[in-house]
Amino acid sequence: MALTEENREGRRRAPLAPWLKTTLMTVGSIAVTMLGLLFVTFVIGRVMPIDPVLAIVGERASQSTYQEVYEQLGLDKPLIVQFFYYLWDVIHGDFGMSLLNARPVSEDIARVFPATLELATLGVFAGIVLGVPLGVIAAVRRGSWIDQIARVVALVGYSMPIFWLGLMGLLVFYGILGWVGGPGRLDIFYVDIVPQRTGMILLDSALDGNWEVFRNAFSHIVLPASLLGYYSLAYISRMTRSFMLEQLSAEYITTARVKGMSERAVIWRHAFRNIRVQLITVIALSYANLLEGSVLTEIIFSWPGIGSYITTALLSADMNAVLGGTVVVGLIFILLNIFSDLLYKVFDPRSK
Amino acid sequence: MSETETLRAWLLTDTPTSRRHARLSSFYKGWLALRSNTMAMFGLAILVLLGLTAVFAPFLAPHDAFAQDLGNRLQPLGSDGNFLGTDSLGRDILSRLIYGSRITLYIVLLVAMIAPIAGLLVGTIAGYVGGWVDLVLMRITDIFLAFPRLVLALAFVAALGAGIENAVLAISLTAWPPYARIARAETLTIRSSDYISAIRLQGAGPLRIITKHVWPLCISSLIVRVTLDMAGIILAAAGLGFLGLGAQPPSPEWGAMISEGRRFILDHWWVATVPGLAIFTVSLAFNLLGDGLRDVLDPKDGGTQ
Repeated sequence: MALTEENREGRRRAPLAPWLKTTLMTVGSIAVTMLGLLFVTFVIGRVMPIDPVLAIVGERASQSTYQEVYEQLGLDKPLIVQFFYYLWDVIHGDFGMSLLNARPVSEDIARVFPATLELATLGVFAGIVLGVPLGVIAAVRRGSWIDQIARVVALVGYSMPIFWLGLMGLLVFYGILGWVGGPGRLDIFYVDIVPQRTGMILLDSALDGNWEVFRNAFSHIVLPASLLGYYSLAYISRMTRSFMLEQLSAEYITTARVKGMSERAVIWRHAFRNIRVQLITVIALSYANLLEGSVLTEIIFSWPGIGSYITTALLSADMNAVLGGTVVVGLIFILLNIFSDLLYKVFDPRSK
Repeated sequence: MSETETLRAWLLTDTPTSRRHARLSSFYKGWLALRSNTMAMFGLAILVLLGLTAVFAPFLAPHDAFAQDLGNRLQPLGSDGNFLGTDSLGRDILSRLIYGSRITLYIVLLVAMIAPIAGLLVGTIAGYVGGWVDLVLMRITDIFLAFPRLVLALAFVAALGAGIENAVLAISLTAWPPYARIARAETLTIRSSDYISAIRLQGAGPLRIITKHVWPLCISSLIVRVTLDMAGIILAAAGLGFLGLGAQPPSPEWGAMISEGRRFILDHWWVATVPGLAIFTVSLAFNLLGDGLRDVLDPKDGGTQ
């Protein structure tokens, strides 16, 4: 009975392999999300109270010049056509010209992005190295003083304005104690000494073997990176703790203990192994959050990354730069989300 | 038996006699559970204090929050007549903090009105109607979720113009998607339950079912989420204010006050420090209260925390 039903099902359905179907579904939903993202930025660009033509030609241009540029930008076309123009440009990596420096926005973004990447990577690294063990220990010793400390650390992290903490850090560690470098990526005499390869100064100076520059760059990055690290630590340690608690209350853990397995083996070989996939998802999310959440940190530390690029552009009404930056950050955000979803599917057999 | 004890017994009964009785009784039990959570009560106390400060600001503030006194600028903490010092224009920082509590409360209340209600509408409709409506609404939600929050708020403020109302709108626009997700998930479980079928058989239309029977059950998880989100909303608003995109000068918004004090941070640290502590205290209070509310209203989540 069951067999015949299955057969009939099989004949009726199109011969599409299940994995192909899920792949197509995933790709489709990604495409729709990205399209939506571009649509939202397009709409924002259109309702902005800034005349893009006036911004290019200036206020004293003649009516005919104005009209010429107006048509050049495609503003005389219907909105839907304009949207497709926009889409076409973005697909080809063209975000238009920056009004401030008359250079392509995509070049600007490529120039500032490594600074953000360097900062966020170091930050999330610190968050993982400290946050994961803290979360595990807090879960294992639930209710102990170390659990309380972990709780307070996370609570303060969730409640503290990051720009204020950054200012206080600058005041104490740079202004009063003088332990770290001030705002910016390097002291002025070290700028442009090492050749640019990756745009990440720590990496460039290490590749060049110039350890003096490396040390200086490190003294500048350590404070903003610890700041971001603290925020990802708060999140990662909380999540690790709750994942671990869930595992530790499972029956297989009791079985392992009854078998006489050492506590260390129970925790690291059994419980921790089972939360690795969830943990990777959390880390990917917090990395994505750091890439975008560093806007305020970058402003405080005069860090020339994408966050301060967007903000500066915003304050000087440079529309193309704002939208280009927003799209790039949004795309990275989506890609990291997809990446963590995929990891989940690949490494966690239960999700199949 | 005294009158209060009778009331207590009436509230704690296991056999409520009317709908109102049952509702009041469960409310009271929740309050008792919340009251035993010291940290949550601490948070609540801070928030009540904030509310009182905002209401009675004109009576509490020792000086005019906007009056400049250039001869008296950048006075340190504890100076005569200016307990928390003065800022770069000689304005009393304590008075500005007290008036700033009004702005904070205003932002919090507005966002708490807009975002959850928008999310509730979208989520329940998507969950109840299902099919392609669900698909479309959830796609839109995903698109907004895909945007990094602060960056999206920045772009919106850029489009709408800087100012406190626009900052509220921008934050709400970035804050509603999680509520829609929660409301949809709740609706999906409620929709297939027996009592909904019973009501439908009695002839209730979808509008009546959603507003009278689905919404009330979504409320508690939304309240928890709103309270926990408030801290993030305050931080976002302060961040926008700090960037000069939120409340405009001379408004004593706390984030903008930090931004003002930033220029003198090395010599006159208190100008930026004090408003930061105020922001921290209020968002900590919301986090503490939210944690407590989650334990009371949403025990399935609270167990793992």
